[in-house]
Amino acid sequence: MIALGLGSFLVMPKAAYAMHIMEGFLPVKWSISWYVLSLPFLIWGLISIQKIIHKEPKYKMLLGLAGAFVFILSALKIPSVTGSCSHPTGVGLGAILFGPTAMTVIGCIVLIFQALLLAHGGITTLGANTFSMGVVGPFASFIIYHGLKRLGGPQWLAVFAAAALGNLLTYVTTSVQLALAFPAATGGFMASLTKFLGVFALTQLPLAISEGLLTVFIFNLLTSYNSAELKELLMFRKEGKV
Amino acid sequence: MRATVTKNPLGKKVFILNLLLLIMVIALAVTPVIMLQDAEFGGADGEAEKVISEIDPDYQPWFQPLWEPPSGEIESLLFALQAALGAGFICYYLGYMHGKRKAAKNQDDPS
Repeated sequence: MIALGLGSFLVMPKAAYAMHIMEGFLPVKWSISWYVLSLPFLIWGLISIQKIIHKEPKYKMLLGLAGAFVFILSALKIPSVTGSCSHPTGVGLGAILFGPTAMTVIGCIVLIFQALLLAHGGITTLGANTFSMGVVGPFASFIIYHGLKRLGGPQWLAVFAAAALGNLLTYVTTSVQLALAFPAATGGFMASLTKFLGVFALTQLPLAISEGLLTVFIFNLLTSYNSAELKELLMFRKEGKV
Repeated sequence: MRATVTKNPLGKKVFILNLLLLIMVIALAVTPVIMLQDAEFGGADGEAEKVISEIDPDYQPWFQPLWEPPSGEIESLLFALQAALGAGFICYYLGYMHGKRKAAKNQDDPS
């Protein structure tokens, strides 16, 4: 960590890009494409949420908590080793509890809030941002959590890795999206991707760790306050009941 | 009523563990601020424009935000509000669960 900080101090200029893609900064065709790609996940998510709260209304509160967690974490702009700030996303927790597409819906709601009231992200880039934060992030978290559990990994490690890597992959996706829209004149897509990744992979690294730690934190609270419901939910999900 | 209600033997362990987790998160956030004295720690949006304009100097954003917070202070207010709403709900939930468990425990053991 210290070496990383020192290294960045020496080599990194004050660069950074790390939040979601800003309003108007995706060409029209990409803006539309990402909307089209996100839409099926959003619909799938709405159906899955409806199923959950119809079958087991008691999980409504827990779903609200997953949403509240995204709300808090995406408001925390944390300084990073590159000398700029970025924020965690918080979608890993909900993806573990309710499956990835439920978080597409919640992520999208938070992104709309930030776009309309804070001028962060945007309406034209909502599709792209929903795809990175609401589709890729949660799916990565979901797959990593269940993969590690299946391999017999401890609960805390599965939760930590799922949340941390889900966060990192969200921003990797953002740089892919930008590199696709802005390929370099020489070197094309790969050159741009390297540039975008180089700028913010480092910014996001400590934040991904923070997100992992904070998700373990809330998971610990949930297990100690409400272990029965939590176990039941994870069991139900495993059996495909909700 | 609920067979799974236990005395929560993990209580203290969880508290210490969570305290350690929070300290780690704070350390991760504070270290860059101490080490990079000259850094601006600005928001990323402005910096992103720079990277894009390096690659494609002719690009013009084709849409502007419908509404922008009139000042940095108001923006902070809205961010604080966002975090407060989230934290409020989480604390409400945990308090609710805490009370529910306590009530169930009292019912099992009315002494």
